[in-house]
Amino acid sequence: MIARREPSPLARTTTGFLFVAIVCWIFADIAISTSDPWREFGLLLKGIVTPDFYATNSLGLALAYTLAFALLGVALANIFGFGLALIFHSRTVRVGCAFIRSIHELFWALIFLQMFGLSPLTGVLAIAIPYAGIIAKVYAEILEEADQRPLSAVPVGAGRASTFLFVRLPDAWAHFRNYSMYRLECGLRSSAVLGFIGLPTLGFHLETAFKEGYYSEVSALLIMFYLVIATMRIWMKKPLLPVYLIGAVIVLPWGVAFSLSNIIRFLTEDIIPYPLRAGGENMMSAFGDWLSLLLLDQALPGMVATIQLTMIALVATGFLTLVFFPLISPLLLGRAARTGGHTFLVIVRSTPEYILAFVLLNLWGPSMLPAIVALSLHNAAIIGHLIGRYTETIRLRIDAAKGANRYFYEVLPRVYRPMLALLFYRWEVILRETAILGILGIATLGFYVDSAFADLRFDRALLLILVTAMLNICVDSISRSIRSRLRLQTTLEQR
Amino acid sequence: MALLQLKDESAGYNGKEILRGLNVTIDPGERIALVGESGAGKSTLLRLFYERLGAKAALMPQDSALVQALTVFHNVYMGRLHQRSVWRNLRNLVLPARADVEEVRKVLVPLRLEEKIFSGVGELSGGQYQRTALARALFHTGDVIVADEPVSSVDEHQAREILETMNAQKQTVILAMHDRALAIEFADRLIGVKDGQIVMDQESAGMTPGDLDNLYLNGVE
Repeated sequence: MIARREPSPLARTTTGFLFVAIVCWIFADIAISTSDPWREFGLLLKGIVTPDFYATNSLGLALAYTLAFALLGVALANIFGFGLALIFHSRTVRVGCAFIRSIHELFWALIFLQMFGLSPLTGVLAIAIPYAGIIAKVYAEILEEADQRPLSAVPVGAGRASTFLFVRLPDAWAHFRNYSMYRLECGLRSSAVLGFIGLPTLGFHLETAFKEGYYSEVSALLIMFYLVIATMRIWMKKPLLPVYLIGAVIVLPWGVAFSLSNIIRFLTEDIIPYPLRAGGENMMSAFGDWLSLLLLDQALPGMVATIQLTMIALVATGFLTLVFFPLISPLLLGRAARTGGHTFLVIVRSTPEYILAFVLLNLWGPSMLPAIVALSLHNAAIIGHLIGRYTETIRLRIDAAKGANRYFYEVLPRVYRPMLALLFYRWEVILRETAILGILGIATLGFYVDSAFADLRFDRALLLILVTAMLNICVDSISRSIRSRLRLQTTLEQR
Repeated sequence: MALLQLKDESAGYNGKEILRGLNVTIDPGERIALVGESGAGKSTLLRLFYERLGAKAALMPQDSALVQALTVFHNVYMGRLHQRSVWRNLRNLVLPARADVEEVRKVLVPLRLEEKIFSGVGELSGGQYQRTALARALFHTGDVIVADEPVSSVDEHQAREILETMNAQKQTVILAMHDRALAIEFADRLIGVKDGQIVMDQESAGMTPGDLDNLYLNGVE
């Protein structure tokens, strides 16, 4: 008798995550509560195919603001991120970067909104700060992986700066440029979404148009947005960068005033936990009550819902990826079908998950379902794109099986490992987004943060944001340890 | 005065001792080839020489080690990176100064690389690539060149050209070579490395490749 083989670590991890997701799913609220979701969906579809570019005369300006915030935010993030990458060997810098990138740009925006109001500074900093943390990490990795051999040929006595300029920087430069382009695309999405909390970008008009049922205007706004992203490699040329940056500075309404006393009050009073601010004899016990009440009543349920939703979305993303990547894989589909697949994936991954969730929430009513669908669609489109591109490098033997047999026996076994690598790499991203979707009314951490801001309880909001950040850092480190245990690696192009 | 003197020293890397009992003196003007089987410790000995020589010597590492993203000009200019200010270096990285381009051109002309001066090194043929690495070492102002297998990936004609140029332009030449005939032809002194020790150190005049057999055969004759 042949002994049964132990299941591989890969299979065990997959089963484990599947099991957790199913348990989360059982306890999740996924009901569709609107009375006639399909009628509204029909109206939306009708609007989508009849875009109205003249519905609002602020379309051009909204687009210009969206671009301006993204350009300035990403440019600043690049400068600071590069500087931080050079000193990334310092533990303080690494921890600091992990912290600032664990807070989503919308949370940063909510914080800066209290300090600078609707000044452009709010939008620019909200993008620049978390992005600087991400860029620092990626650039440090790029520099580490650069070809070190030429170092030996540098003459004895050459300074560190000169050596860096001539040996390490040149090879890394092309990677920096590619990554900056990817970051700019992310920046455009972030910038559009900032409109949902009041900044004058596309999201602002999108929300208004959607709430009023002007679906043709929604369609026009989205089409413009896709065009800007799809043509990015055409208009984003190095010599034009200074023009764009100066243009961005000019176009933003810097005249919006903010008061210094406001900022000082926010930093020195508003965010101090209320019992500490009030003082008095029982200060410490009052603070203990404040803390335990906040943690038990808000942070805990928020965390449970956030983790629950994240786990479902993560596994759903995995499944959808397996469906999406064949759409652009030359191993499985012909040229014509792949063109359709590319278009579909570009549209789905260019739509920020926040906007997808917002649309679905309005169609289906509040539950976890819109968030699950939005998160898994968006992330599966991103990973599916990368995996589909990866299959282009696979050479099958001439007599390889066709159709479903080819998919299951030839392709899937080859892509499964890189797919899991990317999936775990995005786990933390999914978590950050899950928390944020709370702003739309799903009871994740973002919901409690947003409510605290709405009630002007900034001390609570800040503590809840810190809890969210800690959760993020935990998931990031769990993901890293799983990836290293299973030896799952992502390449530079895939970050 | 000797350029370099080793007295009963040892060498290795990553904390592992590979060579021991080293006694070598090198005088200016010598042309030395290190010979021996691959893995015998030639590169380790060469590196020890280079470390002791410091800024007096230019190194031509085994795999040429050019910076892929830069042009021939930039790679060659690196030979004098230590003699210019950071600002001059930065300026030349972004926009090469005419004076420096002229200096580099002078080195490139005899190596037939003049017209490749602003080509990326990724576009070069194997021979051009190796000659660029040589140009970088020649551009270095030191009198000594330390080269690890400088002709390993070119044909014999190109190999002779590279070795002749090296001998003509640098006062002292120290090479590691696996080609015995070329080593005897171009060096005046051969140092044989085997089993972690220097087992031979003599003038090359009058030697034939067959005389080096016992360095390569595993003790069986």
